[in-house]
Amino acid sequence: MATKQFIFVLLYIVCAPFIGGFLDGVDRKVSARMQGRKGPSVFQPFYDVIKLFQKEPLVVKRSQTFLVMTYLLFMVITGGLFFAGMDLLLCFFSLTTCAMFLVLAASFTHSPYASVGCQRELVQMMAYEPMVLLTAVGFYVATGTFYVKDIIGMDMSAIVYLPGVFIGFLFILTIKMRKSPFDLSTAHHAHQEIVRGVTQEMVGSNLALIHLAEWYETVFLLGVVAMFFVNSNPVSYVAALIVVLLAYFLEILIDNVSARVNWKVLLVSTWVVTLVAGGVNLTILVLMHR
Amino acid sequence: MANVSRSPWLLHYDGSSCNGCDIEVLACLTPVYDAERFGVVNTGNPMHADILLITGGINSQNASVVEQIYNQMPNPKVVCAVGTCACTGGVFKECYNIKGGADTVIPVDIYVPGCAARPQSIIDGIVQAVALFQKKHEEMKSEKK
Ligand code: SF4
Repeated sequence: MATKQFIFVLLYIVCAPFIGGFLDGVDRKVSARMQGRKGPSVFQPFYDVIKLFQKEPLVVKRSQTFLVMTYLLFMVITGGLFFAGMDLLLCFFSLTTCAMFLVLAASFTHSPYASVGCQRELVQMMAYEPMVLLTAVGFYVATGTFYVKDIIGMDMSAIVYLPGVFIGFLFILTIKMRKSPFDLSTAHHAHQEIVRGVTQEMVGSNLALIHLAEWYETVFLLGVVAMFFVNSNPVSYVAALIVVLLAYFLEILIDNVSARVNWKVLLVSTWVVTLVAGGVNLTILVLMHR
Repeated sequence: MANVSRSPWLLHYDGSSCNGCDIEVLACLTPVYDAERFGVVNTGNPMHADILLITGGINSQNASVVEQIYNQMPNPKVVCAVGTCACTGGVFKECYNIKGGADTVIPVDIYVPGCAARPQSIIDGIVQAVALFQKKHEEMKSEKK
Protein backbone atom coordinates (compact mmCIF):
# COMPACT_ATOMS: atom_id res chain seq x y z
CA MET A 1 0.00 0.00 0.00
CA ALA A 2 2.78 2.39 0.97
CA THR A 3 4.59 1.94 -2.35
CA LYS A 4 1.33 2.47 -4.21
CA GLN A 5 0.80 5.75 -2.38
CA PHE A 6 4.37 6.75 -3.08
CA ILE A 7 3.89 6.13 -6.81
CA PHE A 8 0.69 8.19 -6.83
CA VAL A 9 2.38 11.13 -5.12
CA LEU A 10 5.36 10.91 -7.45
CA LEU A 11 3.05 10.78 -10.46
CA TYR A 12 1.23 13.83 -9.16
CA ILE A 13 4.41 15.84 -8.59
CA VAL A 14 5.82 14.97 -12.02
CA CYS A 15 2.69 14.91 -14.19
CA ALA A 16 0.43 17.55 -12.63
CA PRO A 17 2.24 20.54 -14.20
CA PHE A 18 1.96 18.92 -17.62
CA ILE A 19 -1.69 17.95 -17.20
CA GLY A 20 -2.57 21.34 -15.66
CA GLY A 21 -0.71 23.25 -18.36
CA PHE A 22 -2.27 21.20 -21.11
CA LEU A 23 -5.75 21.72 -19.66
CA ASP A 24 -4.99 25.44 -19.51
CA GLY A 25 -4.02 25.34 -23.18
CA VAL A 26 -7.20 23.47 -24.07
CA ASP A 27 -9.08 26.11 -22.11
CA ARG A 28 -7.55 28.91 -24.18
CA LYS A 29 -8.20 27.07 -27.43
CA VAL A 30 -11.81 26.26 -26.57
CA SER A 31 -12.41 29.82 -25.33
CA ALA A 32 -11.03 31.21 -28.59
CA ARG A 33 -13.28 28.89 -30.61
CA MET A 34 -16.28 29.96 -28.54
CA GLN A 35 -15.43 33.56 -29.46
CA GLY A 36 -15.05 32.71 -33.15
CA ARG A 37 -11.26 33.01 -33.09
CA LYS A 38 -8.59 30.54 -34.11
CA GLY A 39 -6.78 30.76 -30.80
CA PRO A 40 -3.25 29.85 -29.76
CA SER A 41 -1.70 26.40 -29.74
CA VAL A 42 -2.75 24.13 -26.87
CA PHE A 43 0.86 24.22 -25.71
CA GLN A 44 0.78 28.00 -25.40
CA PRO A 45 0.84 27.99 -21.55
CA PHE A 46 4.14 26.08 -21.67
CA TYR A 47 5.62 28.59 -24.11
CA ASP A 48 4.50 31.37 -21.78
CA VAL A 49 6.12 29.80 -18.74
CA ILE A 50 9.37 29.10 -20.62
CA LYS A 51 9.42 32.73 -21.74
CA LEU A 52 8.74 33.99 -18.21
CA PHE A 53 11.70 32.05 -16.85
CA GLN A 54 13.90 33.84 -19.40
CA LYS A 55 12.90 37.34 -18.39
CA GLU A 56 15.02 39.62 -16.26
CA PRO A 57 14.23 39.05 -12.55
CA LEU A 58 12.84 42.44 -11.63
CA VAL A 59 11.69 42.19 -8.01
CA VAL A 60 10.95 45.02 -5.67
CA LYS A 61 11.79 42.90 -2.63
CA ARG A 62 13.77 39.71 -2.90
CA SER A 63 11.84 37.92 -0.18
CA GLN A 64 8.78 37.97 -2.43
CA THR A 65 10.37 35.10 -4.35
CA PHE A 66 10.58 33.12 -1.12
CA LEU A 67 6.87 33.64 -0.44
CA VAL A 68 5.95 32.66 -4.00
CA MET A 69 8.05 29.51 -3.67
CA THR A 70 6.34 28.66 -0.39
CA TYR A 71 3.00 29.09 -2.13
CA LEU A 72 4.08 26.61 -4.78
CA LEU A 73 5.50 24.22 -2.19
CA PHE A 74 2.29 24.15 -0.16
CA MET A 75 0.31 23.61 -3.34
CA VAL A 76 2.45 20.57 -4.13
CA ILE A 77 2.00 19.35 -0.54
CA THR A 78 -1.78 19.83 -0.76
CA GLY A 79 -2.05 17.68 -3.85
CA GLY A 80 0.56 15.27 -2.52
CA LEU A 81 -1.47 14.64 0.63
CA PHE A 82 -4.60 14.19 -1.45
CA PHE A 83 -3.15 11.74 -3.93
CA ALA A 84 -1.45 9.85 -1.11
CA GLY A 85 -5.00 9.17 0.16
CA MET A 86 -4.47 11.12 3.37
CA ASP A 87 -6.84 13.18 5.49
CA LEU A 88 -9.11 15.42 3.41
CA LEU A 89 -9.30 18.06 6.14
CA LEU A 90 -5.53 18.33 6.13
CA CYS A 91 -5.56 18.88 2.35
CA PHE A 92 -8.08 21.67 2.65
CA PHE A 93 -6.18 23.36 5.48
CA SER A 94 -3.02 23.15 3.44
CA LEU A 95 -4.91 24.68 0.50
CA THR A 96 -5.94 27.61 2.69
CA THR A 97 -2.33 28.06 3.79
CA CYS A 98 -1.36 28.30 0.12
CA ALA A 99 -3.87 31.04 -0.44
CA MET A 100 -2.50 32.94 2.56
CA PHE A 101 1.03 32.77 1.16
CA LEU A 102 -0.22 34.10 -2.16
CA VAL A 103 -1.87 37.03 -0.40
CA LEU A 104 1.32 37.68 1.59
CA ALA A 105 3.48 37.56 -1.53
CA ALA A 106 1.14 39.92 -3.35
CA SER A 107 0.72 42.46 -0.55
CA PHE A 108 4.45 42.53 0.04
CA THR A 109 5.24 45.29 -2.45
CA HIS A 110 2.52 47.70 -1.37
CA SER A 111 1.51 48.25 -4.97
CA PRO A 112 -1.98 49.76 -4.92
CA TYR A 113 -3.20 47.38 -7.63
CA ALA A 114 -1.83 44.35 -5.83
CA SER A 115 -3.32 45.58 -2.54
CA VAL A 116 -6.79 45.82 -4.04
CA GLY A 117 -6.21 42.36 -5.50
CA CYS A 118 -5.27 41.05 -2.05
CA GLN A 119 -8.36 42.45 -0.41
CA ARG A 120 -10.50 40.86 -3.09
CA GLU A 121 -8.63 37.58 -2.72
CA LEU A 122 -9.47 37.65 0.99
CA VAL A 123 -13.14 38.32 0.20
CA GLN A 124 -13.06 35.38 -2.20
CA MET A 125 -11.59 33.18 0.51
CA MET A 126 -14.32 34.29 2.86
CA ALA A 127 -16.83 33.32 0.19
CA TYR A 128 -15.55 29.84 -0.70
CA GLU A 129 -14.05 28.65 2.58
CA PRO A 130 -17.41 27.59 4.18
CA MET A 131 -18.21 25.42 1.17
CA VAL A 132 -14.73 23.86 1.26
CA LEU A 133 -15.27 22.88 4.89
CA LEU A 134 -18.80 21.64 4.20
CA THR A 135 -17.36 19.44 1.46
CA ALA A 136 -14.99 17.80 3.93
CA VAL A 137 -17.74 17.44 6.53
CA GLY A 138 -20.10 16.07 3.88
CA PHE A 139 -17.65 13.33 2.96
CA TYR A 140 -17.29 12.47 6.62
CA VAL A 141 -21.03 12.25 7.26
CA ALA A 142 -21.58 10.22 4.09
CA THR A 143 -18.70 7.79 4.48
CA GLY A 144 -17.65 7.98 8.13
CA THR A 145 -14.06 8.90 7.33
CA PHE A 146 -11.92 11.85 6.31
CA TYR A 147 -9.33 9.64 4.65
CA VAL A 148 -9.31 9.95 0.88
CA LYS A 149 -8.19 6.37 0.38
CA ASP A 150 -11.13 5.06 2.44
CA ILE A 151 -13.61 7.40 0.76
CA ILE A 152 -12.70 6.11 -2.71
CA GLY A 153 -12.71 2.55 -1.40
CA MET A 154 -16.44 2.59 -0.59
CA ASP A 155 -18.93 0.40 -2.42
CA MET A 156 -21.10 3.35 -3.37
CA SER A 157 -19.96 6.65 -4.92
CA ALA A 158 -20.18 9.60 -2.53
CA ILE A 159 -22.21 11.57 -5.09
CA VAL A 160 -25.25 9.43 -4.22
CA TYR A 161 -25.27 10.99 -0.76
CA LEU A 162 -23.82 14.36 -1.65
CA PRO A 163 -25.48 15.79 -4.80
CA GLY A 164 -26.03 19.19 -3.13
CA VAL A 165 -22.48 19.38 -1.84
CA PHE A 166 -21.25 18.53 -5.35
CA ILE A 167 -23.21 21.44 -6.82
CA GLY A 168 -21.83 23.73 -4.13
CA PHE A 169 -18.31 22.54 -4.85
CA LEU A 170 -18.73 23.16 -8.58
CA PHE A 171 -19.87 26.66 -7.72
CA ILE A 172 -16.74 27.51 -5.73
CA LEU A 173 -14.61 25.83 -8.39
CA THR A 174 -15.38 28.87 -10.55
CA ILE A 175 -13.86 31.10 -7.87
CA LYS A 176 -10.87 28.86 -7.30
CA MET A 177 -10.12 28.64 -11.00
CA ARG A 178 -10.34 32.42 -11.33
CA LYS A 179 -13.08 32.28 -13.92
CA SER A 180 -15.55 34.96 -14.84
CA PRO A 181 -17.99 35.96 -13.21
CA PHE A 182 -15.90 35.45 -10.06
CA ASP A 183 -12.43 36.51 -11.20
CA LEU A 184 -12.15 39.51 -8.92
CA SER A 185 -8.68 39.24 -7.45
CA THR A 186 -6.87 38.32 -10.63
CA ALA A 187 -8.25 36.98 -13.85
CA HIS A 188 -7.33 33.95 -15.81
CA HIS A 189 -6.38 34.57 -19.46
CA ALA A 190 -5.91 38.09 -20.72
CA HIS A 191 -8.87 39.60 -18.91
CA GLN A 192 -7.95 42.52 -16.74
CA GLU A 193 -9.45 43.56 -13.45
CA ILE A 194 -7.65 46.25 -11.44
CA VAL A 195 -4.98 45.42 -14.01
CA ARG A 196 -3.61 42.05 -12.78
CA GLY A 197 -4.64 42.06 -9.13
CA VAL A 198 -2.56 39.77 -6.93
CA THR A 199 -0.08 38.94 -9.69
CA GLN A 200 0.52 42.61 -10.47
CA GLU A 201 4.06 42.76 -9.10
CA MET A 202 5.14 39.25 -9.97
CA VAL A 203 7.72 39.42 -12.72
CA GLY A 204 9.34 36.74 -14.85
CA SER A 205 10.18 33.59 -12.93
CA ASN A 206 7.93 34.54 -10.00
CA LEU A 207 4.93 34.70 -12.30
CA ALA A 208 6.02 31.44 -13.87
CA LEU A 209 6.01 29.79 -10.43
CA ILE A 210 2.51 31.15 -9.82
CA HIS A 211 1.39 29.56 -13.10
CA LEU A 212 2.97 26.27 -12.06
CA ALA A 213 1.19 26.39 -8.71
CA GLU A 214 -2.10 27.08 -10.47
CA TRP A 215 -1.61 24.03 -12.65
CA TYR A 216 -0.99 21.90 -9.56
CA GLU A 217 -4.09 23.43 -8.03
CA THR A 218 -6.24 22.65 -11.09
CA VAL A 219 -5.25 19.00 -10.92
CA PHE A 220 -5.93 18.85 -7.19
CA LEU A 221 -9.34 20.51 -7.51
CA LEU A 222 -10.34 18.25 -10.38
CA GLY A 223 -9.15 15.37 -8.20
CA VAL A 224 -11.68 16.44 -5.56
CA VAL A 225 -14.38 16.53 -8.24
CA ALA A 226 -13.39 13.00 -9.23
CA MET A 227 -13.54 11.85 -5.61
CA PHE A 228 -17.30 12.35 -5.62
CA PHE A 229 -17.62 9.59 -8.22
CA VAL A 230 -14.84 7.12 -7.57
CA ASN A 231 -15.73 3.94 -5.65
CA SER A 232 -14.25 0.48 -5.31
CA ASN A 233 -15.49 -0.46 -8.79
CA PRO A 234 -12.82 0.30 -11.48
CA VAL A 235 -15.55 1.44 -13.93
CA SER A 236 -16.21 4.40 -11.64
CA TYR A 237 -12.77 5.79 -12.49
CA VAL A 238 -13.84 6.14 -16.13
CA ALA A 239 -17.07 7.81 -15.05
CA ALA A 240 -15.10 10.17 -12.79
CA LEU A 241 -12.79 11.11 -15.66
CA ILE A 242 -15.76 11.94 -17.88
CA VAL A 243 -17.37 14.03 -15.14
CA VAL A 244 -14.08 15.88 -14.53
CA LEU A 245 -13.79 16.77 -18.21
CA LEU A 246 -17.43 17.86 -18.30
CA ALA A 247 -16.91 19.99 -15.17
CA TYR A 248 -13.88 21.61 -16.76
CA PHE A 249 -15.83 22.33 -19.94
CA LEU A 250 -18.64 23.79 -17.85
CA GLU A 251 -16.16 26.18 -16.20
CA ILE A 252 -14.91 27.34 -19.62
CA LEU A 253 -18.48 27.84 -20.79
CA ILE A 254 -19.42 29.85 -17.69
CA ASP A 255 -16.24 31.89 -18.12
CA ASN A 256 -17.23 32.83 -21.65
CA VAL A 257 -20.91 33.56 -21.19
CA SER A 258 -20.89 35.61 -18.02
CA ALA A 259 -19.78 39.10 -17.02
CA ARG A 260 -17.81 39.81 -13.87
CA VAL A 261 -19.88 40.56 -10.76
CA ASN A 262 -18.92 42.76 -7.82
CA TRP A 263 -17.72 41.35 -4.52
CA LYS A 264 -21.07 41.64 -2.74
CA VAL A 265 -22.84 39.53 -5.34
CA LEU A 266 -19.98 37.05 -5.16
CA LEU A 267 -20.18 36.76 -1.39
CA VAL A 268 -23.96 36.58 -1.13
CA SER A 269 -24.46 34.16 -4.02
CA THR A 270 -21.72 31.82 -2.81
CA TRP A 271 -23.06 31.76 0.73
CA VAL A 272 -26.63 31.22 -0.46
CA VAL A 273 -25.53 28.30 -2.63
CA THR A 274 -23.44 26.95 0.25
CA LEU A 275 -26.38 27.15 2.63
CA VAL A 276 -29.04 25.86 0.28
CA ALA A 277 -27.17 23.18 -1.66
CA GLY A 278 -24.58 22.17 0.94
CA GLY A 279 -26.56 22.86 4.09
CA VAL A 280 -29.78 21.15 3.07
CA ASN A 281 -27.87 18.17 1.72
CA LEU A 282 -25.98 17.78 4.98
CA THR A 283 -29.07 18.22 7.15
CA ILE A 284 -30.90 15.48 5.28
CA LEU A 285 -27.88 13.19 5.57
CA VAL A 286 -27.55 13.76 9.31
CA LEU A 287 -31.29 13.19 9.86
CA MET A 288 -31.19 9.96 7.84
CA HIS A 289 -28.25 8.64 9.84
CA ARG A 290 -30.14 9.08 13.08
CA MET B 1 18.58 28.87 -26.41
CA ALA B 2 14.97 29.05 -25.32
CA ASN B 3 12.43 30.13 -27.88
CA VAL B 4 10.73 33.17 -26.37
CA SER B 5 9.19 34.35 -29.63
CA ARG B 6 6.16 32.12 -29.18
CA SER B 7 4.87 34.12 -26.26
CA PRO B 8 4.96 37.87 -26.88
CA TRP B 9 2.86 39.74 -24.35
CA LEU B 10 1.84 43.23 -25.39
CA LEU B 11 1.22 46.38 -23.48
CA HIS B 12 -0.75 48.98 -25.35
CA TYR B 13 -0.26 52.58 -24.28
CA ASP B 14 -2.40 55.33 -25.74
CA GLY B 15 -0.41 58.58 -25.85
CA SER B 16 -2.16 61.59 -27.33
CA SER B 17 -3.70 59.50 -30.06
CA CYS B 18 -6.96 60.47 -31.75
CA ASN B 19 -8.11 56.89 -30.89
CA GLY B 20 -8.02 55.91 -34.55
CA CYS B 21 -4.92 53.80 -34.08
CA ASP B 22 -6.17 52.38 -30.76
CA ILE B 23 -9.23 50.99 -32.42
CA GLU B 24 -7.03 49.37 -35.06
CA VAL B 25 -4.79 47.87 -32.37
CA LEU B 26 -7.82 46.35 -30.67
CA ALA B 27 -9.08 45.17 -34.05
CA CYS B 28 -5.99 42.95 -34.20
CA LEU B 29 -7.39 40.93 -31.29
CA THR B 30 -10.83 40.40 -32.82
CA PRO B 31 -11.87 37.19 -34.60
CA VAL B 32 -10.95 38.55 -38.03
CA TYR B 33 -7.25 39.07 -37.28
CA ASP B 34 -6.86 37.20 -33.95
CA ALA B 35 -3.31 38.09 -32.91
CA GLU B 36 -3.63 35.55 -30.08
CA ARG B 37 -2.90 32.75 -32.53
CA PHE B 38 0.74 33.92 -32.31
CA GLY B 39 0.53 33.72 -28.53
CA VAL B 40 -0.04 37.47 -28.23
CA VAL B 41 -1.70 38.49 -25.00
CA ASN B 42 -2.85 42.05 -24.45
CA THR B 43 -1.74 42.55 -20.87
CA GLY B 44 -2.36 45.77 -18.98
CA ASN B 45 0.67 45.38 -16.76
CA PRO B 46 4.08 46.70 -17.87
CA MET B 47 5.80 44.24 -15.54
CA HIS B 48 4.35 41.34 -17.53
CA ALA B 49 4.85 42.88 -20.95
CA ASP B 50 7.49 42.10 -23.57
CA ILE B 51 6.43 44.49 -26.31
CA LEU B 52 5.24 48.04 -25.78
CA LEU B 53 2.84 49.34 -28.43
CA ILE B 54 2.55 53.10 -28.38
CA THR B 55 -0.10 54.95 -30.32
CA GLY B 56 -0.23 58.73 -30.55
CA GLY B 57 2.44 61.34 -29.96
CA ILE B 58 4.21 62.33 -26.79
CA ASN B 59 3.06 65.47 -24.99
CA SER B 60 4.50 67.16 -21.95
CA GLN B 61 2.03 65.38 -19.67
CA ASN B 62 2.53 61.81 -20.77
CA ALA B 63 6.31 61.93 -21.36
CA SER B 64 7.11 60.88 -17.78
CA VAL B 65 4.39 58.22 -17.86
CA VAL B 66 5.81 56.63 -21.01
CA GLU B 67 9.29 56.70 -19.51
CA GLN B 68 8.08 55.05 -16.34
CA ILE B 69 6.18 52.35 -18.19
CA TYR B 70 9.29 51.63 -20.25
CA ASN B 71 11.46 51.37 -17.14
CA GLN B 72 9.01 49.02 -15.45
CA MET B 73 9.24 46.47 -18.26
CA PRO B 74 11.77 43.73 -17.55
CA ASN B 75 14.40 42.99 -20.22
CA PRO B 76 14.37 41.84 -22.99
CA LYS B 77 11.79 44.31 -24.30
CA VAL B 78 10.83 45.83 -27.63
CA VAL B 79 9.06 49.11 -28.37
CA CYS B 80 6.79 49.43 -31.35
CA ALA B 81 5.39 52.82 -32.41
CA VAL B 82 2.03 52.40 -34.15
CA GLY B 83 0.66 55.13 -36.41
CA THR B 84 2.20 58.26 -37.86
CA CYS B 85 1.60 60.16 -34.62
CA ALA B 86 3.69 57.73 -32.58
CA CYS B 87 6.37 57.68 -35.30
CA THR B 88 6.82 61.42 -35.79
CA GLY B 89 4.04 63.37 -34.10
CA GLY B 90 1.89 63.23 -37.21
CA VAL B 91 -0.87 65.76 -37.67
CA PHE B 92 -0.35 67.02 -34.13
CA LYS B 93 3.36 67.68 -34.64
CA GLU B 94 3.05 71.46 -34.64
CA CYS B 95 0.86 71.65 -31.53
CA TYR B 96 2.32 73.70 -28.67
CA ASN B 97 2.32 70.77 -26.22
CA ILE B 98 3.51 67.96 -28.50
CA LYS B 99 7.12 66.85 -28.26
CA GLY B 100 6.95 64.55 -31.27
CA GLY B 101 7.02 60.78 -31.74
CA ALA B 102 7.57 58.15 -29.07
CA ASP B 103 11.30 58.17 -29.79
CA THR B 104 11.63 61.58 -28.18
CA VAL B 105 11.49 59.93 -24.75
CA ILE B 106 12.27 56.21 -25.15
CA PRO B 107 14.18 54.15 -27.74
CA VAL B 108 11.78 52.86 -30.40
CA ASP B 109 12.66 49.67 -32.31
CA ILE B 110 9.85 49.27 -34.83
CA TYR B 111 7.91 51.99 -36.64
CA VAL B 112 4.50 51.16 -38.10
CA PRO B 113 3.38 54.05 -40.32
CA GLY B 114 -0.18 54.81 -41.39
CA CYS B 115 -2.99 57.12 -40.33
CA ALA B 116 -4.59 55.06 -38.99
CA ALA B 117 -2.21 52.11 -39.25
CA ARG B 118 -4.08 49.17 -40.73
CA PRO B 119 -4.44 45.98 -38.64
CA GLN B 120 -2.44 44.11 -41.29
CA SER B 121 0.50 46.45 -40.91
CA ILE B 122 0.18 46.44 -37.11
CA ILE B 123 0.35 42.64 -37.12
CA ASP B 124 3.34 42.87 -39.45
CA GLY B 125 4.94 45.26 -36.97
CA ILE B 126 4.21 42.86 -34.11
CA VAL B 127 5.72 39.95 -36.04
CA GLN B 128 8.90 41.98 -36.61
CA ALA B 129 8.90 43.03 -32.98
CA VAL B 130 8.64 39.37 -31.98
CA ALA B 131 11.68 38.49 -34.11
CA LEU B 132 13.60 41.33 -32.50
CA PHE B 133 12.42 40.17 -29.06
CA GLN B 134 13.98 36.77 -29.71
CA LYS B 135 17.19 38.41 -30.96
CA LYS B 136 17.44 40.64 -27.90
CA HIS B 137 16.87 37.63 -25.67
CA GLU B 138 19.75 35.78 -27.34
CA GLU B 139 22.01 38.82 -27.01
CA MET B 140 21.10 39.11 -23.34
CA LYS B 141 21.92 35.43 -22.78
CA SER B 142 25.29 35.61 -24.54
CA GLU B 143 26.19 38.77 -22.59
CA LYS B 144 25.51 36.94 -19.34
CA LYS B 145 27.86 34.07 -20.25
S1 SF4 C 1 -1.80 58.28 -36.79
FE1 SF4 C 1 -3.78 59.12 -37.46
S2 SF4 C 1 -5.27 57.65 -36.68
FE2 SF4 C 1 -3.36 57.26 -35.58
S3 SF4 C 1 -3.51 58.41 -33.72
FE3 SF4 C 1 -2.48 59.74 -35.23
S4 SF4 C 1 -4.08 60.94 -36.20
FE4 SF4 C 1 -5.08 59.23 -35.12
